[in-house]
Amino acid sequence: MTRVRADEEEYWHSSKFRAFTFDDEDDELSQLKESKRAVNSLRDIVDDDDDDLERVSWSGEPVGSISWSIKETASGSTSSLDGRDSSLQKGSSSYAALPKQASSYSLSSLFKGRNKLSSFQSLSDALSDTGVKNYAPELRRPKAEYKDYSGDWSPKDTVRRMQRGKVCSLERFRSLQDKLVLLDEAVAGHDGNVITAVLIFLKRTLRREILFRELEVRQVALCHLIHFLRETGEQKFLLDLLRFLDRTEEVALSQYREHLNIQDVEKRREFLKGCIGLPFSAEDTSHIQDHYTLLERQIIIEANDRHLEMAGQSELFRKYPRKASILNMPLVTTLFYSCFYHYTEAEGMFSSPTNLKKTFKIPDKQYVLTALAARAKLRAWGDVDALLTTKNWLGYTKKKAPIGFHRVVEILQRNNAPVQVLQEYVRLVEDVETRLNLATKYKCHDVVIETYRDLKDRIQLTAYKCKVERGSAEEEKIHSILSNVQIRWKN
Amino acid sequence: MRFIAGECGWPPAGAGAPLEGRGASAAPGITPVPGVSGPGGAVAGAGAAVQGLCGVSADIVNADKMSGRSRKYKIIFSPQKFYACEMVLEEEGVFGDVTCDEWSFYLLPLDEDIISMELPEFFRDYFLEGDHRWINPVARALQLLNSLYGPFGKSYGIGRCAKMSYELWRDLEEESDTEGQGRKPEIGHVFLMDRDTDYVTALCSQVVYEGLVDDTFRIKCGSVDFGPDVTSSDKSIKVLLNSQDKVFSQIRNEHFSSVFGFLSQKSRNLQAQYDRRRGMDIKQMKDFVSQELKGLKQEHRLLSLHIGACESIMKKKTKQDFQETIKAEHSLLEGFDIRESTSFIEEHIDRQVSPVESLRLMCLLSITENGLVPKDYRSLKTQYLQSYGPEHLLTFHNLKRIGLLTEQAAGETLTAVESKVSKLVTDRAAGKITDAFNSLARKSNFRAISKKLGLIPRLDGEYDLKMPRDMAYVFGGAYVPLSCKIIEQVLERRGWQGLEEVVRLLNGNEFCVSDSAVEDNPAWECQRVILAVFLGGCTFSEIAALRFLGKERGCKFIFLTTAITNSARMMEAMIEAKA
Repeated sequence: MTRVRADEEEYWHSSKFRAFTFDDEDDELSQLKESKRAVNSLRDIVDDDDDDLERVSWSGEPVGSISWSIKETASGSTSSLDGRDSSLQKGSSSYAALPKQASSYSLSSLFKGRNKLSSFQSLSDALSDTGVKNYAPELRRPKAEYKDYSGDWSPKDTVRRMQRGKVCSLERFRSLQDKLVLLDEAVAGHDGNVITAVLIFLKRTLRREILFRELEVRQVALCHLIHFLRETGEQKFLLDLLRFLDRTEEVALSQYREHLNIQDVEKRREFLKGCIGLPFSAEDTSHIQDHYTLLERQIIIEANDRHLEMAGQSELFRKYPRKASILNMPLVTTLFYSCFYHYTEAEGMFSSPTNLKKTFKIPDKQYVLTALAARAKLRAWGDVDALLTTKNWLGYTKKKAPIGFHRVVEILQRNNAPVQVLQEYVRLVEDVETRLNLATKYKCHDVVIETYRDLKDRIQLTAYKCKVERGSAEEEKIHSILSNVQIRWKN
Repeated sequence: MRFIAGECGWPPAGAGAPLEGRGASAAPGITPVPGVSGPGGAVAGAGAAVQGLCGVSADIVNADKMSGRSRKYKIIFSPQKFYACEMVLEEEGVFGDVTCDEWSFYLLPLDEDIISMELPEFFRDYFLEGDHRWINPVARALQLLNSLYGPFGKSYGIGRCAKMSYELWRDLEEESDTEGQGRKPEIGHVFLMDRDTDYVTALCSQVVYEGLVDDTFRIKCGSVDFGPDVTSSDKSIKVLLNSQDKVFSQIRNEHFSSVFGFLSQKSRNLQAQYDRRRGMDIKQMKDFVSQELKGLKQEHRLLSLHIGACESIMKKKTKQDFQETIKAEHSLLEGFDIRESTSFIEEHIDRQVSPVESLRLMCLLSITENGLVPKDYRSLKTQYLQSYGPEHLLTFHNLKRIGLLTEQAAGETLTAVESKVSKLVTDRAAGKITDAFNSLARKSNFRAISKKLGLIPRLDGEYDLKMPRDMAYVFGGAYVPLSCKIIEQVLERRGWQGLEEVVRLLNGNEFCVSDSAVEDNPAWECQRVILAVFLGGCTFSEIAALRFLGKERGCKFIFLTTAITNSARMMEAMIEAKA
């Protein structure tokens, strides 16, 4: 304890001394560094109590105008603070095992025993000492330039203290140089919480352009500010920053993001319309344009269909009532909807599938896939057939599926297509093995039989006899093939 | 006194705490029930919902004030209070009305060998936003472990975040008293790794049982909700999944294909034990009932649960073309038939199978191929937006920034920006900028790394998944997880010597530091204990692989991770659109 007192005395002396001798800012900083070690050793022992000291400002600055306080500010009473600390430590045995915390606690609590008194004593000592200064007025600077001794940490120590969750006033970092050193120290300290705290301070005390200019060459800090602005929703500031940085694409995206918060569709549509002119890449501009057009269409379709449904005159809507509104759905979902409810409409109608296909340049593959699913769901097998049929210039028809017939089969099967329908498409599956698998799985006997015949696989064909019904046409077919002498079986 | 709660219940360490964007609605714990007065409420903690939690809290307080109610409020932050939160409270004019506490809760032991920090937001905050706010908690977690288990002999690491965490931790150690230093060390090695060192592994479909359960049902804080389809009753059951579960502990690390066999063998044994009661006399029966029956019943319950889970997994996976997906993944890993895999992904998107799954496959393609060919990128992106919604434009932007889904030309544009900026500033600052860019979107070089480290085992004959010969078994013998391979190699070499090329391909930032006081005591038991620290999350597949490695090499891995992750969680962290 006496050692501590002695250190303390020494410290006051040194700090007082410095105030007289060093006019130059830099020299003062270097002096600060020199005495830092001594200060540090003191601080470790004194711990929290200097928090109280800081609030007793003697330099004439407003008390705690913005002091970053990590301790319980509102409660204000040190004793309750201690009580909480100790109970927390006791409450969790693992933390009590932390030697550092335990020891510093006990030490500081010793100190706290007479903390108010001692700090006041030293304070009044210091105050009466300052009286000495009055004898040399020509050496004095304006009062406000005096640094509050208890908050007189170097940038590095300030960052360090903040990392440990201790109170630290940033107010005294007033020159740009100081602020930037502080910021760089915070970044070097690897603690995002502190970096953000410093940035909040800089943001408050620097003009935007200056802050932006400095952040441009400090990417880590810049990331923190952008993240902070996003989190707190300071959109305008964020956009200014991004514009300054020439990150035009991010400007556009940040603005576009706002549409997610607009619930009203009409307002959302209007907003999206405004987004089209934003500086997106060419590719993204077309996506935004599509987004706007899609919502515009959906609003029209929704109004129409709701009316149709209410009127109850459309059989389709009566039979298959809509489960949800089409507003804000993806394009493919909209296409599905339109293939379901508006399949036969002329291309001129906004709600017709062909119109959607043209407007949004939906690839053939995607279109067929979606239309197929919709028509199969309605069990409109004729439409399915038409969808997959193409005519060549000689008028011959041919089945074609841009998605592969195994997918066609899968979609139809999922919609419980009858075997007759199914097997027509199973037959068209190109890969023999897949065809056989699908045919067997879905009991498309004819396809299986014909495939074995084409493979000239007598053994498999004979074995398949047990899979078909006795006396059925399929069994008959197998028999007739097996007895066909023209086939040259491979086995 | 009124408590404003973040996440409720156990574990409170800000588990899944909402952050910006996800906002207040995503915070199930915030229960500002008007009219609830008097003492009560929940113990709370939320990572740091800067706008979310603090904003909402402020709203509650202000609403109370308006209606003339005077209350006391308390916010408990865990593990740490952020200055930004205080700023929000101050701006909202409630600073004095609310008292704030911190609950320095860092470690949640999920099992004998897994410690989670329950910070799922770490991944997005650090790797996407470049925010260093969680480095301090990581350093403190290390400090805590250090004080509990004595000094670590040797520290290895790779990645920028690993390096920073290490430095901050050392910083904290230097300041603290040296009491812990004299302790006999219990952990010999610590290995820190950034998640972005290896995205590939995290993006793969998991096929070890625990991983599959996580992918299918989502394990939360070591427990899982098995729904009616698993329990074959009408209610869900919450099951704790750890080594205490005698059935689970035996199958968790197994490849899914061997799980069935094991379970059926187990049920036969169980049946046999039940059957023994036939022909018992009264005395024997009494012993049986008092000593064995309870255990058997317990085992029976567990068995039927896990069998139910397996069935449910099978059903779901068959529906999703799991076989085909795995096949496509394997070709991506090996670098064969890229065209075919690309059209598989395309079809996956067109069929609207799942927004998260489609995204995952695209990312896997991008990462293994060092970015997509611009033509493919454009067409896949367009189709994705058409299938899953145009607002995913924002998601794609995120994925590009983090480097998970890029265009092959993207590297050049980055360099262009870099050189433009570096013309303006000094070399020192330019170096910083390059670093920053690297951290956000770095090249994956997967193919080259894979070749160098032999990640794709050459197969002669069938890979026997029941008798695994290397860590590749966790991916059906097709791929050795990169993250685990790095750890294996470094531990084997006791450093990075000989791995220079790999390190270069991984974009450097490796380190290896030994504590002179502890090292060179090979006799010590602690040399066999390795703490593997994953910054940004680790998967159950990686845990299984390292457990396997530990068994092979006669050492033990302990896992410290910011959160348990999997491909879906990673993708969801990137998705910007509404839920």
